[in-house]
Amino acid sequence: MKVLVAVKRVIDYNVKVRVKSDKTGVETANVKMSMNPFDEIAVEEAVRLKEAGKADEIVAVSMGVTQCQETLRTAFAMGADRGIHVLTDAELQPLAVAKLLKAIIDEEKPDLVILGKQAIDDDSNQTGQMLAGLLGWPQGTFASKLDVGDGSLQVTREIDGGLETEKLTMPAIITTDLRLNEPRYASLPNIMKAKRKPIDQKAPEDYGVDIAPRLKTLKVTEPPKREGGVKVGSVDELVEKLRNEAGVI
Amino acid sequence: MPVLVIAEHEAGELKSATLNTVTAAKAMGDEVHVLVAGKGCSGVADAAKAVDGVAKVLVAEDDALENQLAETFAPLIVKLASDYSHVVVPATTFGKNVLPRAAALLDVQQISDVMAVESPDTFVRPIYAGNALATVQSSDSVKLITVRTTAFPAAGSGGNAAVETVDGAGASAEGAEFVGRELSRSERPELTSARVIVSGGRGMGSGENFSILEALADKLGAAVGASRAAVDAGFVPNDYQVGQTGKVVAPELYIAVGISGAIQHLAGMKDSKVIVAINKDEEAPIFQIADYGLVGDLFKIVPELTDAIGK
Repeated sequence: MKVLVAVKRVIDYNVKVRVKSDKTGVETANVKMSMNPFDEIAVEEAVRLKEAGKADEIVAVSMGVTQCQETLRTAFAMGADRGIHVLTDAELQPLAVAKLLKAIIDEEKPDLVILGKQAIDDDSNQTGQMLAGLLGWPQGTFASKLDVGDGSLQVTREIDGGLETEKLTMPAIITTDLRLNEPRYASLPNIMKAKRKPIDQKAPEDYGVDIAPRLKTLKVTEPPKREGGVKVGSVDELVEKLRNEAGVI
Repeated sequence: MPVLVIAEHEAGELKSATLNTVTAAKAMGDEVHVLVAGKGCSGVADAAKAVDGVAKVLVAEDDALENQLAETFAPLIVKLASDYSHVVVPATTFGKNVLPRAAALLDVQQISDVMAVESPDTFVRPIYAGNALATVQSSDSVKLITVRTTAFPAAGSGGNAAVETVDGAGASAEGAEFVGRELSRSERPELTSARVIVSGGRGMGSGENFSILEALADKLGAAVGASRAAVDAGFVPNDYQVGQTGKVVAPELYIAVGISGAIQHLAGMKDSKVIVAINKDEEAPIFQIADYGLVGDLFKIVPELTDAIGK
């Protein structure tokens, strides 16, 4: 079984992002970048399938600037076998990413595609579902448990009311939620090995996909600041303030 | 052209997130229609037609729609979309699952988590866990939108919309099969629509210790939530999680207990009207946004608070 994972390079989740003063976006110069945390979970799940003898090859795909190769190397160090990098400086919106992934999948023909449920930069939560729609494949979004069998899989999904289980015929799309697994730290030997794994560099034009953004960002602003309040000294004082000052109890 | 809202419903009841979505839809166009799709949902349709501002309710019933799979809902949305300027769903796990699939089939770039409508084609949405707000303009002929429900008030009642049946048959599940649902059953209000929320974090120490929060919540008629750390540690189930990638809430009162205040958690609750933080660490970031902070041992403070509120 071949598994394809999609990995996105984003501002590290620990960084406090700053809006640029010209309101065109957020500050990315000299900011630590990492693999999107949900995509790490996707890679980890693929590697576990390989370790369990259920998958025999893991292909990682990333799209964007040259440094996305670092993100692919991170996936390799975790256990992915090879990479495809669609090199572009252009802004890629989820629909364009889904179309490019579809074109790659038409060539690679994986049995299972695992993506993060959302990227922590644009917080769109769209690409996996869009890709499933374009391919006409079943989708198991927000997965917290995955049980891959022969030709089908069972997926447990985190939904607002609790958990939902679906059975999907493969090929299928899975998007990861936080509880699916805990991604490993790459070992030093594996980081060294990752340097020798192959990356196939492509361009959006190679796939004949129109990547022009459909959404125009008019401005990016800071949200209204929430001012901190006061510290109270006792439970009685807290209750008094909630009752008489805030009027919420 | 009218705006189509996809109703979210469960066990024969219209979910309240739909009401907030109707309010958002009214800001996008003059006339709002609601699609109720599923099986045996006449009760939901009755509830939807009484929502203030709804001009028409479309009902699509079919066996294939019963479990609200994205695979069967998306083709139905695609079929109806050409009659509408916007198709709008709440940004719940239901809406997030279904709408992007339909958007791809329509060749539309969806706009997620809209929190303000500037004009029929221009919207404000949070990015980077709400640490920035992007104003985006769509060039697609039909706009597909998920709505951040806490940003819009719930539509009231008093409407009397026409109900029309539409053909819901024929969609293939494309290899997806519903197996089952384990829903958390609780007498307490739902997190996303509760007036008061009591939330616990890693500082709770165990799942059993959440009982002191439940006692406080019951005194206040509150819902119980949690930070990611508490869910990851297995203290409470996933549906308790408040944050960037969990539920976004904006109650009148949010009481954060033993929660340090990671930006991912703040992203899910910082629009609450009044925030109370109870934490033993006076340097915890949660105090920077709390209206009222109380430093101390939560295991002493919470029961005291429960008692004091009863008085």
